[in-house]
Amino acid sequence: MDTQTDTLNNLGSRILSALKKNVPFVILVFLLILFSFIAPNFMTFGNIRTLVRQISFAGISAVGLMFVMISGGIDLSIGSQIVFSNVLLAIMMADWKLPLSAAIPLIMLVGTALGTINGLLYIKLKIAPLIITLGTSAIYKGFGYIINGSRNIMGFPDSFRWFGQGYVGGIPVPVIVLIIVALIGSFVLTKTYFGRKVFALGGNEEAARLAGVNIDRMKVILFMICGFITSITTILLLSRVFAGQTITGQGLEFDCLTAALLGGVSFKGGEGSIFGLMVGILIIGVLNNAMQLANFPDFSQTVVKGTVLLIAVAFDVYQKRRKSKVIVANTAS
Amino acid sequence: MDPKVVLSLENITKRYPGVLALNKVSINFLEGEVHALLGENGAGKSTLIKAVAGAIDIDSGLITINGHAFRKISPHISRELGVEVIYQEFNLVPALSVAENIFLCEKNEQSALFSAKDIEKKAAAVLAKFDVNLSPRSMVQDLSIAEQQIVEIAKAVSKKVKILIMDEPTAPLTVSEIELMFKIIKQLKEQGVTIIYISHRLEEVFRISDRVSVLRDGCFVTTVNTADTNRQELINLMVGRELKETYPARIKPQGEIALEVTNLSGNGNRDISFAARKGEILGIAGLVGAGRTELAQLLFGAVPAERGEIVIFGSPAKISSPLDAIKHRIGFLTEDRKGQGLFLDMSVKWNIVFPILKRISKHSIVDTQKEEEIASHYKERINIKTPSLNQQVINLSGGNQQKVVLAKSLAAESDILIFDEPTRGIDVGAKQEIYHLMTELAGDGKTILMISSDMEELLGMSDRILVMCEGKLAGEVHKENFNQRVILDLASGSN
Repeated sequence: MDTQTDTLNNLGSRILSALKKNVPFVILVFLLILFSFIAPNFMTFGNIRTLVRQISFAGISAVGLMFVMISGGIDLSIGSQIVFSNVLLAIMMADWKLPLSAAIPLIMLVGTALGTINGLLYIKLKIAPLIITLGTSAIYKGFGYIINGSRNIMGFPDSFRWFGQGYVGGIPVPVIVLIIVALIGSFVLTKTYFGRKVFALGGNEEAARLAGVNIDRMKVILFMICGFITSITTILLLSRVFAGQTITGQGLEFDCLTAALLGGVSFKGGEGSIFGLMVGILIIGVLNNAMQLANFPDFSQTVVKGTVLLIAVAFDVYQKRRKSKVIVANTAS
Repeated sequence: MDPKVVLSLENITKRYPGVLALNKVSINFLEGEVHALLGENGAGKSTLIKAVAGAIDIDSGLITINGHAFRKISPHISRELGVEVIYQEFNLVPALSVAENIFLCEKNEQSALFSAKDIEKKAAAVLAKFDVNLSPRSMVQDLSIAEQQIVEIAKAVSKKVKILIMDEPTAPLTVSEIELMFKIIKQLKEQGVTIIYISHRLEEVFRISDRVSVLRDGCFVTTVNTADTNRQELINLMVGRELKETYPARIKPQGEIALEVTNLSGNGNRDISFAARKGEILGIAGLVGAGRTELAQLLFGAVPAERGEIVIFGSPAKISSPLDAIKHRIGFLTEDRKGQGLFLDMSVKWNIVFPILKRISKHSIVDTQKEEEIASHYKERINIKTPSLNQQVINLSGGNQQKVVLAKSLAAESDILIFDEPTRGIDVGAKQEIYHLMTELAGDGKTILMISSDMEELLGMSDRILVMCEGKLAGEVHKENFNQRVILDLASGSN
C-alpha cells in the first residue's frame, strides 16, 4: 500500500517537473482548452485545419530562423526576402511564362542567394547580424517594390494552386511541408555532426573555432539554409494568395521570432529544439485564430502579439536567470 | 591588549541543492591581519566570501562585522561596513578611465554632474598611496591585468575599506607584479585593514599571511599561526590525508624530433626557433606578456603566422587555422578553459567528442554509441568526477572542467599537446593527477609543450625549458642546469 502511494507520489512529482520544463506546452494546452470553451466554433476540424495552415507559412521559415538563432545569429530579413522572391516568382510565371519546373527551382536558388548575401555580409563586414539583416531587409523589400511596380500580378498556371491550396489526405499541403521541414530540421540538429556544430557556434564561438570548426563557412551556410527554407515559404504563400503583391510576407519574421522565443530558442544562441519551436508556432496560431474568431480589430491583434513577444523574451530571460542560479549553486565552493 | 576582532563568523551553514557548501563554519578575523583562507576546490571558500559580502543568504549562523551582528546581510550593508571583495573576474568597465572606475558608484553630494578633473585628482591621491605609475586618465581596457587589479584595490581603498577579501589575486600576475601586490597588501595592513587572502599558492601564504584558516568539504578544520606551521602540514590539513606534492619521476626522452619550428613570427612574436622530441615535456617560461600564449596560438593556427616554418615528424606543415593544426594532430589546452575550451551548457560527453565528431559519424550522423564509449573511456582514464556523462560541464569543479578539456585533446589522439597553464586555479589533488597524466602521456610518446607561470611546476615537470621575453626566445635551459634564478634572469631580459 505504502509503496503504491510512493510510486504515485513519485509519478506525480515526475509529471510536475516535466510540466515545469515544458511551460510553453502547458500554455498551449491551456489556451486550447480556454478557447474551446469561449468560442464554440474553435475546436472544430475545419477551424483547426485553417489554424494550422495559417501558421504553417511562418512555421516553415521559423525552422530556418531557428538554425540561425541557435548559432547565435538572427535574421530579420525573412519577411522582406519573401516580398522580393514572391514578386519575382510571380513575374517569372506571369510575365516570362516560365514553366513551374523552371520557375520553382529558380526561385529557390534566388532565396538561397538572398540568405547567402546576408551571410557573406555578416562575415565580411563583421557587424552583428541584427544590423546586417535589418539593412538587407530594407534593401530586399525595396527591390521587391521596384520590380513589382505597384501591380497586382496574376495569370499563373492552374497547377500552381496545389502548393498553397491543395490537400493530401485532407491535410493542407503547407502543413505537410511544415511537418517535413520540421522533421528534417530536427534530424539535422539532433543527429548530425553539422547540428552539433550549430549548437557549438552559439554556445561558445571561440571554443568552436579552436576545435577546428570553420566559423565563417558555418555562418554563411546557416544564412543560406534560412534563405532556402524561406524560399519554400515564398512558393507556398504565392500559391495560396495566387496574386503577386508586395504585401505578401511582410513582417513574417515577427511571428517566426516570437514562436522561436516562446518555444525556448535562446536569443543568445546555443539552445533550442524543433519541438519547442512547433509549440511556439502553435501558440501564435491559436492566438491569431482566436482573435480572428472573436473579431478583434487588426490593430488590437498587433498589440496582443507585441505583448506576447515581450512575454516570450521575459520568459527566456527568466529561464536563464533561474538556470544561472542553479549553476551558481552547483559550482559554489 | 588583544587585537580587535573585526569579523566574526559563527556556525555559518549554507546548503545548496545536493551539497552542504558550508557546515557550521566559525572563524574570527582580527584587525590589521592578513588571514589566508585555504582549501581545495569545493571546500567552501568562495561560498564563505560570498556570504560575508552578502552575495548569498546563509541558512543559519551569525556574521558579526565590527560589532554589528547579522543573520542576513545585504551586499549594500556589507559594503557600508567596509567589506570589499576583489573577485577573480574584475568588476571594471573597460571603456572608462581609471578614475571613473574607481569612483563609479560614488555619489557626489554637491552636484548631479561629476567633474572629470575632480575625480581624477581624487583618484591620483588614492593611487599615490601605492607607489605605482598609473595615470587616472588611462582607459581600463588599455591596462595590464596587474594594473587592473590595482584599480580594483584602489576602488576598495577609496571606499574606506576595513576588510578586503582577495580571491586568488596573484593567479594572473607575473613575478614582479606579485611583489608589487605584496607591497600594497603590507601597506594596507599597516593602515589597519584586515585582508582575507585566498590562494592556492602555498609559498605566498607563507610569505604574506599572519594566520591561516583551512576549510575542507564545507567544514572548518582549523586556524593556525602561519609561523607555527609548514607546507606539508597545511597540505595535509587541506586534503585530510597524507599527500606529497611531488613530481613524478621521468626518464630522459630520446625519441625522434616531433616538432621543429624555424623563425616563426607573427602575433607579436619574432623569429622563434626550437625543436621538441617525441616523449618530451618542453616547458615554456616567461613573464605574462612575454608571448608564450601567443606562441601557442601560432603553433595551433589560432592566429596565422606571418612567416616561419613548422615541421612535424620530418614533413613541413602549413598551419593557418586550428583545423590544420588538428589535422596535424596538435592539441591545444587553452589557458582560458571557460572562454575558449568548453561548451559550458553542454554535457561532458558532448564536449569530449566534439573535436572528433567527424570520426565517430557515419554519413554525417553521429554514432551515439561510439560517443558514449569514447567519453566513458576518457572519464575512467583521467578520472573525471561527474555523476554522469550527461552532466552539463558548467556543474563540474574547476579541476574536473580542466580534465574535460584534457579529455577532448586526448580523444583527438594528438601527438603534440600544448598545455597553457594546465593547473591554474585547480586544487592540490587535481594538480597531482594532471602531473601524473602528463608524465604518462609523455611516456606514451606524446610531445608536450607546457606553458606555466608556476616556476616550481615548470622545473618539476619539464625535460627542458624555453624562456621567452618580449616576443622572442631568450634562452633554453636543460634539465641539468635547472635553476629558478637563471630562468628568471632570462625571462626579465637581463642577459
